[in-house]
Amino acid sequence: MISQALFRALDRKAIWLVGILVALAILVPAANLLIPVGQPGHVPTYVVTLFGKYLSYAMLALALDLVWGYCGILSLGHGAFFALGGYAMGMYLMRQIGDRGVYANPELPDFMVFLNWQELPWYWQGFDNFWFACLMVVLVPGLLAFVFGFLAFRSRVTGVYLSIITQAMTFALLLAFFRNDMGFGGNNGLTDFKEILGVPVQAATTRGALFAATALALALSVLVCSGIVNSKLGKVMIAARDAESRTRFLGYRVEYVKLFAFTVSAVIAGIAGALYVPQVGIINPGEFDPANSIEVVIWTAVGGRGTIVGPIIGAILVHMGKSYFTSALPELWLFALGALFVLVTLFLPKGIVGLLGQYRAARARPERSGNQRDAGVDPQPEPAE
Amino acid sequence: MMSDLIGTIMERSAARRWLAAAMALLVAVFAFGSPSLAQVSDAELTQRIDALAPGSYADRAGAVGALVASGDPRVVGVLQVLAEGDLLVVEETGKVVYVERSGKDFALTDPLTGESLGSVPRGDVEKVRVNNSLRRTLRTAIGQLTLLSEDRGTRLAAAQSILRDADPANLQLLDESLAAEIDPAIKRTMELARAVITLKSGSDVEQIRSAAETVAHSGSRDAASILSAAMGTVPDELRADIQASIDGLARDRAVWDALQNVWFGVSLGSVLLLAAIGLAITFGVMGVINMAHGEMVMLGAYTTFAVQETIRQNAPGLFDYSLAIALPLAFLLTALVGVAIERGVIRWLYGRALETLLATWGLSLILQQTVRSIFGPTNRQVGNPSWMSGSFEFYGLAITWSRLWIVVFALAVFVALLLVLNRTALGLQMRAVTQNRRMASAMGIRTPLVDAMTFGLGSGIAGLAGVALSQIDNVSPNLGQGYIIDSFMVVVFGGVGNLWGTLVGAMTLGIANKFLEPYAGAVLGKILILVLIILFIQRRPRGLFALKGRAVE
Repeated sequence: MISQALFRALDRKAIWLVGILVALAILVPAANLLIPVGQPGHVPTYVVTLFGKYLSYAMLALALDLVWGYCGILSLGHGAFFALGGYAMGMYLMRQIGDRGVYANPELPDFMVFLNWQELPWYWQGFDNFWFACLMVVLVPGLLAFVFGFLAFRSRVTGVYLSIITQAMTFALLLAFFRNDMGFGGNNGLTDFKEILGVPVQAATTRGALFAATALALALSVLVCSGIVNSKLGKVMIAARDAESRTRFLGYRVEYVKLFAFTVSAVIAGIAGALYVPQVGIINPGEFDPANSIEVVIWTAVGGRGTIVGPIIGAILVHMGKSYFTSALPELWLFALGALFVLVTLFLPKGIVGLLGQYRAARARPERSGNQRDAGVDPQPEPAE
Repeated sequence: MMSDLIGTIMERSAARRWLAAAMALLVAVFAFGSPSLAQVSDAELTQRIDALAPGSYADRAGAVGALVASGDPRVVGVLQVLAEGDLLVVEETGKVVYVERSGKDFALTDPLTGESLGSVPRGDVEKVRVNNSLRRTLRTAIGQLTLLSEDRGTRLAAAQSILRDADPANLQLLDESLAAEIDPAIKRTMELARAVITLKSGSDVEQIRSAAETVAHSGSRDAASILSAAMGTVPDELRADIQASIDGLARDRAVWDALQNVWFGVSLGSVLLLAAIGLAITFGVMGVINMAHGEMVMLGAYTTFAVQETIRQNAPGLFDYSLAIALPLAFLLTALVGVAIERGVIRWLYGRALETLLATWGLSLILQQTVRSIFGPTNRQVGNPSWMSGSFEFYGLAITWSRLWIVVFALAVFVALLLVLNRTALGLQMRAVTQNRRMASAMGIRTPLVDAMTFGLGSGIAGLAGVALSQIDNVSPNLGQGYIIDSFMVVVFGGVGNLWGTLVGAMTLGIANKFLEPYAGAVLGKILILVLIILFIQRRPRGLFALKGRAVE
């Protein structure tokens, strides 16, 4: 059944996308490491890291798209799953510092020494093991999403109510992680990483490897998401998005479908966070800020929700715009971002990908009119209830 | 946001405390009535002051006595300065002076008249020395002068100071002034002071018993600690009684503390009510979450700032009316912005609540950045009119005027809104659209107009909230952000389509927050509240006061 799903997942667009990502995973680090500095074709290390970061954002946007674009759940708390995955990875990286911290304590991270803690809290146990940390990267966001989603979907909390309580969730986590006695570094978060898997985090080879890992993880996420949305389950998801009550009356357990999508999405977001942290070198409670989570929504919306490629394009474009504005016209960035929110929702509800699709459909209309609606690209449902 | 809020309040109250201390000093030093004992000429008085310097400590005590006998209120200042060891004498002339350092030299002033006496090199003056017994004499002397003063504030301050010291040496003085005192509040303080002294040093069992009773019934915040301190010295047979009074006092205290917490909760709840009530109507009528609602609050606060600036520059006398002027302006401004948003953006997004949420979030970013560009990113100073500053004590409760007025204002807005909803045509139409939009439309209600008006009304109320919040919070471009999540929680908790739900939701959250704070700390308390709401919503996905019936599904 899984192979079947994967087979269906490999429709034309997804194949292209996965192909491009795999090619990037090989070519970009190669261009950085093998072509000497100054030669044409050389990619500077900072660009590798920058785009590695963008790709992890793209993964987060894709995760949100799975629940919002395909399942109609507007989560305003996806940044929380991203940050939790990031914290799990950050804890591993902190433990790798060992006695090279400022206080040279072999057991405790600096901030714990600073707070006069005597021993490692229980929830830090095991994080010196990379694979345990990886397990936590998947488990913690997944479990939170499962419990949260189970409670929310079972009671049929939908629409804006759900959006608001997801926002409350990330806000509560923000407040919690700001507290010093939580044991996650408080305000400063986790930083000053030295090594990952025994190699220095800052080295160009590590940067290249992290880029490749992010690109491959994104490719895998594309496969998984594409597999899900093209399966029968995906059809039920879209049905639940467009007409929830009707789907329920037809006998589907909508809450379980939603719960599945929400949990998978949180896991993808967590992995994205885990890949993000070693590349930027810090994780702090600011990542839980509700404003961050809302920004993720706009990346997805700009690219085109309800499509697989849209959120990836959106995340990268918005971040390139952000990099440009914050260096050239910092005053105007919030105006631009705000305008983006308004204009995209008003004039571009299907995003860039949707626009291209419309354009193509308009050109192709003379030949094949009527029934060519792509299941994924119909975020304008008739109000069925 | 909460910690900011608390920080500001603490800052302000600290400033007020300093001010109060300075005022008390001023009163103590200058604001005396006419002398009450015997009239002595200034020359004679100066002589007596100069007599403080020479001789032994015992001589000085005698000189203090002579000064007290003069009964001149200006003496108090001199004695206070002496008690602090800051009184100096010019060695050559033997003249006692106040000094102030100016460069290398000391500038001298006459202690009695405040006249400048030129300046001398540092070596030419010497301190008038005091020891502990002289300090005690001085304290008593000052107490004597002030306890019998004609100024009520001075007497009260003196009585309180004696109560603090509880020095048995003051007993006789206290008895004298108690006999002369007519003001009930001061009399109570003096009686308490007397009881405390008896408790500490009395020998007669019956006297101590009655003293303990006086303390226990005094209603003073420190009664319990005074009694526990006395436990060590009182006769054995009284211990059980005193312990019982201490327990009773602790119970009373707990009740008052709880009441104080309720008051803080009500005060926080009314802030939440103000911030959330506009959100609740727009959400109820249009099903739209307005993420820019917090920015409407912020605009209201900045309107207050602009009004106050204008008043400061053009008509400083009107400052006390600044809030009254700002209220209608803030309402109009934010209501207009709200209608513009509704007509310009939201009406194109009907039936797509999630998109509306995003678009209004975008608008909130734009509004924030606009204000930041115009007024700058830092906090702006919004002053409290005189009738909103300060605090008063109501039995055991400390109540600040600004908080009280905000509670009153929030309730007034609530009642006004209730009247609009239940007594006007617009209210009727709004309720109809809330209950069943399509049916209302079919009955001839122009729903687009109702939407625009509702949005304007909701935003206008946010503007009013901004005027109120400018009095207790920092006015910065981020003001609204701090309230938006709390407001959502109130709306989600209380349910939509019913104003009472918002009231109950706001008050519940406010009080719950304040009751959790002592046990869990401010931050953890807030986290607990958020978790509780998330769990609550499982039970009642549409809030406490949900609309019933098929129409809302």
